[in-house]
Amino acid sequence: MPDLGPYAGAILSAYGGSLLLLIAIVLISVWQAHRVQRQLTSAEERWGRHA
Amino acid sequence: MALSAVLLPWVSAMAAMCLALGLVWGFFFTPDDFRQGATVKIIYLHVPAALMAVNAWLMMLVTSLIWIIRRHHVSALAAKAAAPVGLVFTMIALFTGAVWGQPMWGTWWAWEPRLTAFLILFLFYLGYMALWNAIDLPDSAADLTSVLCLVGSVFALISRYALIFWNQGLHQGATLSLDAEQNIADVYWYPLIICIAGFGFLFLALVLYRTRTEIQARRLKALIARDRAV
Repeated sequence: MPDLGPYAGAILSAYGGSLLLLIAIVLISVWQAHRVQRQLTSAEERWGRHA
Repeated sequence: MALSAVLLPWVSAMAAMCLALGLVWGFFFTPDDFRQGATVKIIYLHVPAALMAVNAWLMMLVTSLIWIIRRHHVSALAAKAAAPVGLVFTMIALFTGAVWGQPMWGTWWAWEPRLTAFLILFLFYLGYMALWNAIDLPDSAADLTSVLCLVGSVFALISRYALIFWNQGLHQGATLSLDAEQNIADVYWYPLIICIAGFGFLFLALVLYRTRTEIQARRLKALIARDRAV
């Protein structure tokens, strides 16, 4: 760990907050993709039964 | 869809590699700046995020223009998919800027041209996403959000070139320059360039991934509408 001196709080919060936001957008994107994929599969199955 | 399925793993891997390498290099293996001290390490997040926040909007501008001129549905969906990613980059730029500004400028925030233009860009991202969600008809939503994107592009450009338009305010000049004397020292430049590439690849990966989701969501909507009609 490098010596961040009196700025440790600022630097670590900048890295922590930014990585949290990046992880959040990745997780939200994956969750949305899975939800839509699941709904689409079930709708296609339903439509297949209708046809 | 087929091309994006092939590209996505490669682009994602490049994003992860570049971000890991650039951030670890920048955080652990670069010296303190003679004026900024250790806070110089924040540039590896702040500069790439700010750069990509503006570039994301410019990408949305291009895809919106393609929608307006050619009525290409995927381009409108790509713009929609890019907005939350651009919003996150804008938030990172504003947040890291404030955290850096407090010890260096003595204030979290100043109403100076570049910071204010970035805040307006952030509000445009929010408005753009809200407008997409507020309109049920997809083509009407794409039309209106495209117009909003054109208007917002003025602020995207102002946020990038505010320092040239108004030579005032707290924000310093560009970190990267083609002029060797103006450019930051090599010891900071190499990890910074890798971080910029990492943010660029991450943006591309997320836009590809989210656009695929938007296309599937559009297909789902059509199936539901057909189901109702039967």
